[in-house]
Amino acid sequence: MTVVIDRTTPPSAASNSPGPVSAAALARRKAGRGGGLYQPRVPIYPKLVHGKWRTIKWLMLIATLGVYYVVPWIRWERPGLLPDQAVLVDFTGRRFYFFFIQLWPQEVYFITGLLVMGALALFLVTALFSRLWCGYTCPQTVWTDLFIAVERLFEGDRNARMKLDKSPMSLNKLWRKGGKHAVWLGIAFGTGGAWIFYFHDAPTLIRTFWVGAAPLTAYISCALLTATTYVFAGTMREQVCTYMCPWPRIQGAMLDEHSLQVTYLKDRGEPRAPHKKGQSWEGRGDCVDCNQCVVVCPMGIDIRDGSQLECINCGLCVDACDEIMVKMGRPKGLIAYDTDYAVVARVAKNKPTYHPVRSRTIYYGVALGLVSAVMLWGFMQRSPVDLHVLRDRNPTFVRLHDGAIRNAYTLKITNRGFEPATFTIGFRGVSGVTLKTPGETASKGLLTVTVKPDEVRAVRVFVNAPAAALPAANLPVAFTIQSAIGSSEVHTTFLSGDANAR
Amino acid sequence: MTGDGPHKDEISGIDTTGHEWDGIRELDNPLPRWWLWVFYACIAFSIGYWVLMPAWPGLNGYTHGLLGKSDRREVAQALTDLQTLRGAGGAKLKTASLAQIESDPELQAYAMQVGQSVFGDNCATCHGAGGAGGKGYANLRDDVWLWGGSLEDIQRTITYGIRSGDDQARLSQMPAFGRDAMLQPAQISDLTEYVVALSGRKANAAAVGRVTTLFAEQCASCHGPAGKGDQLVGAPDLTDADTLYGSDRAAISGQIHNGQGGVMPAWGRRFDPETIKALAVYIHANSGQ
Repeated sequence: MTVVIDRTTPPSAASNSPGPVSAAALARRKAGRGGGLYQPRVPIYPKLVHGKWRTIKWLMLIATLGVYYVVPWIRWERPGLLPDQAVLVDFTGRRFYFFFIQLWPQEVYFITGLLVMGALALFLVTALFSRLWCGYTCPQTVWTDLFIAVERLFEGDRNARMKLDKSPMSLNKLWRKGGKHAVWLGIAFGTGGAWIFYFHDAPTLIRTFWVGAAPLTAYISCALLTATTYVFAGTMREQVCTYMCPWPRIQGAMLDEHSLQVTYLKDRGEPRAPHKKGQSWEGRGDCVDCNQCVVVCPMGIDIRDGSQLECINCGLCVDACDEIMVKMGRPKGLIAYDTDYAVVARVAKNKPTYHPVRSRTIYYGVALGLVSAVMLWGFMQRSPVDLHVLRDRNPTFVRLHDGAIRNAYTLKITNRGFEPATFTIGFRGVSGVTLKTPGETASKGLLTVTVKPDEVRAVRVFVNAPAAALPAANLPVAFTIQSAIGSSEVHTTFLSGDANAR
Repeated sequence: MTGDGPHKDEISGIDTTGHEWDGIRELDNPLPRWWLWVFYACIAFSIGYWVLMPAWPGLNGYTHGLLGKSDRREVAQALTDLQTLRGAGGAKLKTASLAQIESDPELQAYAMQVGQSVFGDNCATCHGAGGAGGKGYANLRDDVWLWGGSLEDIQRTITYGIRSGDDQARLSQMPAFGRDAMLQPAQISDLTEYVVALSGRKANAAAVGRVTTLFAEQCASCHGPAGKGDQLVGAPDLTDADTLYGSDRAAISGQIHNGQGGVMPAWGRRFDPETIKALAVYIHANSGQ
């Protein structure tokens, strides 16, 4: 039966009766006023903690930020007019400089290889030690850590911050919040500002930037990175990791029960309960339910619920728990870098062994080794000389007055060296050919051209072949170039089409 | 269609337009607000446009607008900008001789770039993008030249054209021996064999023998006694492997019959001298010289 929606009668009260409702509408209803499809963010106030991992995190923060800010200022002498900046991505000059390495755009596969190696190393590290990258070196973590430190400086620790946020606006609140945001913006600007030094000569740019003479891209990049740093590290924080970053979703494929990760040793902690001084520890777990692991967590999770998507493996809860355990007179390491396998083994009264060598770590290790070896080999084989041959496609060949056939080619000779180089161009595959380049006299055998340092020279080469020397309409031939700094050979074809006598 | 005046639609409560087509009435909904605002904005814009830009025609002239925009002036400005853009290379092109341009690798590369783009825009229509020409259009990539293949010859051909009507144009006229009844069909047929023989191919020896004198009388004045041609008068070499209008017997006899000759424009009227220099260098270099 066809159901017709009747719109001729005004909607009756009956149609307002409860019926099936879409999931989206339900979610909206549930979220209440001002809510949407999504859960509103619950603010996180991580408490300051002291301990081994916190110290390592501070050191990593200094080291990574140090590298980021210092590297563009390292000088590296290069001949001629080439930039003297050790690390420089020169888009204008189309070169990438890294100390003694100079890469051309067509060698971008080295960067690709580096990224592949980085990804495989990340896989290996994750399989072995879980999200070590996230907890200690990821820029999102490092800058968020720095921003939280600034926040703590202005607004105090966890409890003070919570109180301040609940209190009505006052002069005290205003200067604390204002100061915090000002310093955040300052750091964000410093981040964006340092970024652009990687793309232009730093000592020049730092002057031209302030007088408005820097390239527009520098200002735009600086503004973009200032904005993203401020927003990501200041206001979004753990949401970037949980919702924006794909890594937490992918990591599940690398982790297994043998991966070292921040683990609550529930075999030792449970059953948890508050503990009064002098009470016996018999028949109960070591966890005193003090919630210190929860309040220090920058991701706002409870590690005692087990391994979770949000956990960045930073180990701050380890420090917090150890502090309490010492106070309680219990051994440290109720929360520790451990494996799920060990926890299960201890519950079953087995020996908790750690297995760093597993099939997946072997696979990742072998893959990493292979790619590294290939890239290293490729890098060692890298020649300062490169030859590309483009044969003319229109016309594919030309018949000359005496019936000889001419093919024209454009040879692109690359001199990646820092000195001018003289190349001898040879041709093989057809006998009796004449080579000629415009403006030079024809030569029976070889041509000679000079290519300036750090340049590609396009050389037009005309190859005249007597008709008798062409046994087929399509012949495999090759160009060779030779010089003091290297040689190269490129295969191409010599076409004579319907002009070919045979 | 009947109209009984606007009335309220019972279901929606909206007024109708008052028109009725077989019982169907149209709701008189107001135009969407956003649409109206865009419409008003367009009206405001158009008034501003009339004031600022050339707009209304008058009896003698038009309203120029406050911004004083003129396409004609912009073209002139664009041409000046082009000179500026060409910079040092363009300035050097002006003063350097053709030979100097070709012997200076940097200037040559510059001229080649200019030449390539001008060739693609103007010459490729007839001579092909690669310059290989076609039937009736000269192949600029080989070593056969009707009017000479030196830099100066090429420059002159480009500047004044061929049969372009210019005073200094290259001018030659192959007679239409057949169409104008100067020769009999049999003679043309025999001459065709003669030309085939000249280019080194197998031909009817008897026919060749019959027109040896005729060739000397009628053809040799331009094409030379041996058929080697003459670049001074644009007469093609009949002995080489290249023909402009085809090398089979039909094409050759057709050419004797009709005496075709193409027209190339005099580009000196459209290009400045340095553009023509660049073109000449480009063509010269691409012809493998």
